[in-house]
Amino acid sequence: MTYDWQPLWLTFKLAATATFILCLIGIPFAWWLAHTRVRFKPALEALVSMPLVLPPSVLGFYLLLAFSPAHWFGGWLDQVAGLKLAFSFSGLVVASVIFSFPFLVHPVQSGFQGLPASLSEAAYTLGKSRWQTFLQVLLPNIKPQLVAGIVLAFAHTIGEFGVVLMIGGNIPGQTRVASIAIYDEVEAMNYGAANFYALVLFGVCFAILLAVYLFNKKLVRSAW
Amino acid sequence: MIELDIQKKLSGAQGEFTLDVKLHIAQGEFVTLFGESGAGKTTLLRCLAGLAEPDQGSIRVNGTAWFEAQTRLPVQQRRAGYMFQDYALFPNMSVRGNVEFALRKGASRQRAMELIELMALGELQHRMPDALSGGQQQRVALARALAAEPQLLLLDEPFSALDHETRLRLQDEVLRLQRQFGITTIMVSHDVSEVYRLSRRVLILEQGRIAREGSPAEMFGAGQAGGKFSFAGEVLAIEAADVVFAVTLLVGNQVVRVIATAEEAQRLKSGDRVMLMSKAFNPVLVAC
Repeated sequence: MTYDWQPLWLTFKLAATATFILCLIGIPFAWWLAHTRVRFKPALEALVSMPLVLPPSVLGFYLLLAFSPAHWFGGWLDQVAGLKLAFSFSGLVVASVIFSFPFLVHPVQSGFQGLPASLSEAAYTLGKSRWQTFLQVLLPNIKPQLVAGIVLAFAHTIGEFGVVLMIGGNIPGQTRVASIAIYDEVEAMNYGAANFYALVLFGVCFAILLAVYLFNKKLVRSAW
Repeated sequence: MIELDIQKKLSGAQGEFTLDVKLHIAQGEFVTLFGESGAGKTTLLRCLAGLAEPDQGSIRVNGTAWFEAQTRLPVQQRRAGYMFQDYALFPNMSVRGNVEFALRKGASRQRAMELIELMALGELQHRMPDALSGGQQQRVALARALAAEPQLLLLDEPFSALDHETRLRLQDEVLRLQRQFGITTIMVSHDVSEVYRLSRRVLILEQGRIAREGSPAEMFGAGQAGGKFSFAGEVLAIEAADVVFAVTLLVGNQVVRVIATAEEAQRLKSGDRVMLMSKAFNPVLVAC
């Protein structure tokens, strides 16, 4: 029996892409959130945390509506950038970024908040810009929280099912990721194939987490 | 030359008050800001460094406006070496890394090594900050501040976290470096002995205002009492003994007992800081 590796490959491609984009957006955002004193900060923090408690189908449903070409946002994206987010890989990436946002932002934000203010102030008095300070002083000193955030976001994207089902559908090579494939195979009574996907996901997720724990036990514990 | 005249609203333990300070500091001077915690000492230092902003006023250093109605010179351009109470060493960099990080663009790494040697940190240059003692960390912080070639040095209670011996040694070191580099220095302190040892001029800050100003001797009583010698001490205990009171004091790291009249004892309580003065008799000095 030959196994179809495509859903697995797609899963990891999705997780890697989403995590990469998350880092670009989420880390600076976490820094901003850690220091901002804007009045609507509690509301913002609640919003960021929503994916933790909301059923994935709720978010998926609204994203599906927004991404639809009939909606002004989806229509605008289609017209301006030629982007069709509903039932496409790009749509999955966007949804995953939103859905895994708190998993990256929370540990990184608490990492930044745990650093004494005098660290960045010292760098400023030594003539270093905010950007230099961010890269050379702040980021290296929250490495454990960064690793925890990145691993969590990556692992969470691998495991996502509800949102993907709502807005991705089940298009082979496009949106048929492993978690969907398992559901699909079980429905078709192909327990062997389902077992194959499930086992690989189980093994890979376990290996990633184990590697992190082995790499540095303290690393993850301090962030969780 | 520093000309400063600033006002800033602060909220302290006893409600709101205004930090309202006007002062001139000459090039190369070593000035101490003395006062209780919450008097605004650190805020004044932070306003100078550019880490805090006055509500109004002006700060001019060597003819350049650092803070004026329309001017806000960013902290990065002020070149004010600031030594933090917790030293703020970068945990991800070695001793050498910390000092080299502070070098200005184009400065030679040689300068960092010279400062490391000067502070006797050569042996420790590859250590990480958390593997250093308090005194060593403080020396790194000082070397790092000097590596950036600051125009003035701001020390925020630099010795408060150190034990007595280390404190004395580092005070000498700071004094030596300050003279060697001729760098204008402002130190925040609430330790009388420290003020005596280091600075010629002390400003006493009370509720945001400079209450008194002068030499340490004038400020802490020795001058006006004409005392032959005086020590700063802390009251540990007061006990009644017959008609007088026995007061146990901590002077430096020595415990001494002196007698006091009932009237004196009434004004004192354990934990008070006092000056122990004596006059009109010859102290005996024995070499040891």
